[in-house]
Amino acid sequence: MASTLFRTIQIHPFFLYPTALFSRRNGVLYCTMKSSQTQTATQEKQQPPKVKVPQHALKKTVDKITRDYEAIIGIETHVQLSTLTKAFCSCPYNYGSQPNTNICPICMGLPGALPVLNSKVIEFAVKLGLALNCKLSLNSKFDRKQYFYPDLPKGYQISQFDIPIATGGYVDLDLPLEFGGGHRKFGITRVHMEEDAGKLLHSGNGDYSQVDLNRAGVPLLEIVSEPDMRTGIEAAEYAAELQRVVRYLGISNGNMQEGSLRCDVNVSIRPVGQSEFGTKVEIKNLNSFSSINRAIDFEISRQALLHSQGQSDQIVQETRLWEEGAQKTVTMRKKEGLSDYRYFPEPDLPEVILTQEYVDSISNSLPELPEAKRRRYEKMGLSMQDVLFLANDMNVAEYFDETLSSGADIKLAANWIMGDIAAYMKNEKLSINDIKLTPQELAELIASIKSGTISGKIGKEILSELLAKGGTVKGLIEEKDLIQIADPVEIGKMIDKVISENPKQLEQYRSGKTKLQGFFAGQVMKLSKGKANPGLLNKILLEKLNGQS
Amino acid sequence: MKNSSWVLSFPCFEKMLSTIQPPRYLSRFPLRGRTKSRPFHILSSAQPVSKTSFAADQSQILSIRYSLLNRHLSAVELTHSYLNRLKQTEPHINCFLHISDPDKVLKQAQDIDDKIKRNEEVGPLAGVLVAIKDNICTADMPSTGGSYILEGYRPPFDATAVKRLKDLGAIVVGKTNLDEFGMGSTTEASAFKVTANPWDLSRVPGGSSGGSAASVSARQCVVSLGSDTGGSVRQPASFCGVVGLKPTYGRVSRFGLMAYASSLDVIGCFGSSVADTGILLHAISGHDSLDATSSKREVPDFTSQFTSASSLKSRPLEGLRVGLIRETVDAGVDSGVKSAIQGAAAHLEQLGCVLKEVSLPSFSLGLPAYYILASSESSSNLSRYDGVRYGNQASSDELNALYEESRAKGFGSEVKMRILMGTYALSAGYYDAYYKRAQQVRTIIRKSFKAALDENDILISPAAPSAAYKIGEKKNDPLAMYAGDIMTVNVNLAGLPALVLPCGFVEGGAVGLPVGLQIIGAAFDEEKLVKVGHIFEQTLEGYNFVPPLITDVGGASA
Repeated sequence: MASTLFRTIQIHPFFLYPTALFSRRNGVLYCTMKSSQTQTATQEKQQPPKVKVPQHALKKTVDKITRDYEAIIGIETHVQLSTLTKAFCSCPYNYGSQPNTNICPICMGLPGALPVLNSKVIEFAVKLGLALNCKLSLNSKFDRKQYFYPDLPKGYQISQFDIPIATGGYVDLDLPLEFGGGHRKFGITRVHMEEDAGKLLHSGNGDYSQVDLNRAGVPLLEIVSEPDMRTGIEAAEYAAELQRVVRYLGISNGNMQEGSLRCDVNVSIRPVGQSEFGTKVEIKNLNSFSSINRAIDFEISRQALLHSQGQSDQIVQETRLWEEGAQKTVTMRKKEGLSDYRYFPEPDLPEVILTQEYVDSISNSLPELPEAKRRRYEKMGLSMQDVLFLANDMNVAEYFDETLSSGADIKLAANWIMGDIAAYMKNEKLSINDIKLTPQELAELIASIKSGTISGKIGKEILSELLAKGGTVKGLIEEKDLIQIADPVEIGKMIDKVISENPKQLEQYRSGKTKLQGFFAGQVMKLSKGKANPGLLNKILLEKLNGQS
Repeated sequence: MKNSSWVLSFPCFEKMLSTIQPPRYLSRFPLRGRTKSRPFHILSSAQPVSKTSFAADQSQILSIRYSLLNRHLSAVELTHSYLNRLKQTEPHINCFLHISDPDKVLKQAQDIDDKIKRNEEVGPLAGVLVAIKDNICTADMPSTGGSYILEGYRPPFDATAVKRLKDLGAIVVGKTNLDEFGMGSTTEASAFKVTANPWDLSRVPGGSSGGSAASVSARQCVVSLGSDTGGSVRQPASFCGVVGLKPTYGRVSRFGLMAYASSLDVIGCFGSSVADTGILLHAISGHDSLDATSSKREVPDFTSQFTSASSLKSRPLEGLRVGLIRETVDAGVDSGVKSAIQGAAAHLEQLGCVLKEVSLPSFSLGLPAYYILASSESSSNLSRYDGVRYGNQASSDELNALYEESRAKGFGSEVKMRILMGTYALSAGYYDAYYKRAQQVRTIIRKSFKAALDENDILISPAAPSAAYKIGEKKNDPLAMYAGDIMTVNVNLAGLPALVLPCGFVEGGAVGLPVGLQIIGAAFDEEKLVKVGHIFEQTLEGYNFVPPLITDVGGASA
């Protein structure tokens, strides 16, 4: 304690040199983390490099053993909200900032600092609650969830306990065709608002840990599902649908790699026909939809194997980590009874009171959500594959819708977007908002081909130019003189020229080698610089080759 | 205890206080021939007083302003006078945990003098020396909350209340002693020192804002800020014979006040007159965007309620309905305190009030409910003192040990006891029986006060069941100490404003010990409290509430 004076001076450099790490004894917090009970809502571990493991073998085993068992899966999802400032202070949050650069007395939990709610958090929570078909609590409140951990500056997390802002909803989704397809409806137990914790950066050798509070106080919505899912793919698709919903709503970037969307999965199994639930195991560290899928399937098979070997007592209530490298779950900590978080109402924040008018105004401002979009596209006659592709990304769907509203044919527009445009975006690593081709011009392009103004081949050619450089279809056609030649007389003249220049091939043709028609057609097309109407060309060519003109 | 001869027994008094306004009782004598009932002139647009009929001799703050703007006195002279008295009295009473560097204080005073010289506008609190309870954050000096765990801690920001005072020209003279994080009723639970009562150095000043109360009582500063969670402004005001004002919950921003029990905590004011506490409250009141529980209600100009004694009608409070809370003058209350309060009630009747007794049957429930709620909230609020980010950290190789050691060494026993009680009350299986029931009691208490205040304009009671007791007397008997909070905790549970002002004496010490009258008002009706309090104060004759310490110590060396 002799260095008290020194420490008190250190508080200031914090603000003067915001890049400084939490400075305790040479800048680090030297201690090991043995607090097995401690649990943060947002725990993360550094993940080892990803290794691809063939999935088929695993899947077969799962299928075989699990035939006799039913898995019960529920998911807790934390969505980090993309508000400009944190939940209770005016610090910005930018993923990847230098440690402890986005902090202030409030999110650091300094003595005397108080939280003031960012009203955007409520707006976003109401949006999500409505999008997930929940009942909204017009009167809710914040509570304190108390536990000690160095990433939790106040010693409690501001959360919602017994009166969450939204309850009792559901989410609809369509499974992809490659997983058998089918429509699913999964229940949503509750959605509540809370704040994120900071991050611990553990040293390589485990000697010490450093605290980065940039993330402390960032607003989260926790979404708790009903235990309605039965397979890894259902769970992964549930998470994917949540990602779509939050992105459609514009409340989060939903990015799993950055931790903006984090899923903790609870898995238990029971013999088919049994009504009570088995012992549930929580799985953390799921950083992608496919790891959700694989982790759950692994866990189901692990539990089913234990069950089938009469070792079901080995399935204990615990938290397991998904190891991406090894493609398996491993014990992280066993639960020693229920943690007591000693929740009580947060006295620093007034109750959250919503008016029906406020809820209605938000309800009226909601965009068309993925499920509605999918049903609409389905009604248009698009295949489920097209529907899922187009509705997956709100920007693609908007692009598609705009193309249609400019008069394009539904199927053709879908084909162009899913075909050449998607391929271009993939190659160039662009999003649909980055490409230069406007939906209006895509509609124009489709119309020009349909009307015969240009050929499909020319269409594809100018598409890439439009994608990269922009411009108008009409302009390009004129500039490059690409209008299809559909005048029989002009085409006839070109055919005559080609025939007269190739007397030898004409003789061969007329002596029975009719395959040479293709040769003549190619030559004429070449002469027309690809602009001759192919149908007309072939029709006149045949007449001329076979006739005696 | 009327002691008019006592007034005249201090020949050095006038000399000693020559640079500041004489205390009220002295103003009744034609000292220096200038102060009596002189109407206060509005000297500047920033002036907080709007009534010219108000006499400057009823307020140190206004007197200072008058003297400065009329060039009767410089801020430097004034500051010197206070700093001298502080220097002389402090070794006897130990009010301060940190005293501002005198050079810096004098520099601020000099700046004010320079501005006045240049005829520039100075803030309404220019040159007013304030002391700040040490659980209120100040950016330029340590703020420890009286706890070893925050020894030497310097916040990077000023509490909103402090910032407002500074913006209005006040000069912070230092940080005052308190029971650790506000948990106590004697200031003995400070990690650093024991403060003595200026009326009798062997007695406690009350608590937890004991340092703030004693420093005003000893005229070490003009006014001071304290905090009141269960009576921590009002009880020490009573013990030290000064005026203490606990505002309505939400009236003053809590931003920068180290939280003890967030739903009960308020920053409160100490002064040597009702007018000063009213002016101080006005300065720190109002909505603050940094405190979500601060009220957006407009803050009335409390000072408009002040009229000089000479212009009062014979029955200035005619028709005011006053309810004396029966449960507060029952068994368990010191008989001297009882008679002082009855005397005060009689005085109010003389002023025209309609006095009746009211019963608040839930009154006795307040104490247990308060200690459950306050302990519960404190167990949570004090979690942040974990040694990780600031404050004293115990060295340890393992995280849990680091927490345990830092908190075991950092907190005193009273704080530990409340954390344990609060943790227990919030634990699964006990929550409903303790925390939830206490909240239900709180609702009942709030309603019963509401009903009583619908039928009465104000309620009155003692501020404490006894006058100041001896240092160490209740230190090892926490329940006896907690019981002393019976008069005040209910007001915090109901979130109401209350004013405590000295109304008499009981025997004790060399010259008697002051007794405080508590006046409770409806939510956000501080205006009525200061009006009634001011008239009460101006018309109460024959009492002197300046402690002997000033003349004993100050006089000897003056």
